[in-house]
Amino acid sequence: MPLRTHNPTHASLQTQAPVFAALGDETRLVLVARLAQGIPCSLSQLTEGSHLTRQAIAKHLRVLQKVGIIHSLRSGRESLFRFDPKPLERVTEQLELWSDQWDQALSRLKAFVETEVRE
Amino acid sequence: MSDRIEKRVEIKASVSRVWRALTDYREFGEWFGVKLEGPFVPGQVSRGFITHPGYEHLEWVAVVQRMEFEQLFSFTWHPYAVDPKTDYTGEPPTLVEFVLEAIPEGCRLLLTESGFDKIPAHRRLEAFRMNEGGWTVQMKNIESHATQNP
Repeated sequence: MPLRTHNPTHASLQTQAPVFAALGDETRLVLVARLAQGIPCSLSQLTEGSHLTRQAIAKHLRVLQKVGIIHSLRSGRESLFRFDPKPLERVTEQLELWSDQWDQALSRLKAFVETEVRE
Repeated sequence: MSDRIEKRVEIKASVSRVWRALTDYREFGEWFGVKLEGPFVPGQVSRGFITHPGYEHLEWVAVVQRMEFEQLFSFTWHPYAVDPKTDYTGEPPTLVEFVLEAIPEGCRLLLTESGFDKIPAHRRLEAFRMNEGGWTVQMKNIESHATQNP
């Protein structure tokens, strides 16, 4: 198989750009780091200790939700936000896929050159 | 999250032979699976089409960077440039480098593809990872998850 053409997910790194863009903000990185510890938090908990208003935090949370890094879940009267590692996982998977494709290409190169030597 | 792919392969053929397989555009096309329009020239764009059945509509575009005789061959390309309708020229490319080395058995070839860290905000993410223990743990989880569930 040729490099970079046989897997339907090959375009996914491109679609990851918004994920990284969403992370390219200090406030959002802090929010993600907090939620990445695994405990879902409410908007109030996330606003606590921040110099930003609830509205500002809510706006940043929406950006993260849009790219799927966090999800909200209902708990009684309030929403809790939880971290989802999948969007970042896909970037790692993509690199591994390309790594495998290089393995294949290099073994074709090896076979191509070595076979000819024997003939 | 790594910003590069590194490979090493030992080939039972001379450095000269491997150099030719890499830098002669017809030979490169044979094993890579691409029909190129013309020879590789440093600083110039190399174009062609993928030859694998079913993928012939996909264009190959790379910019040849360095050709140091029997030592180094490199080009840049867009690692995800697979949609014929999209213009990728504004996106940061990755650098593919082949380094050749003579060994008693023939030739050792080192391949590196680097520059994945130029994806927007990745550097900041990396820097952040260094600073935040919790995040480092999460990244490790992600990595092991991805490795165990290919």
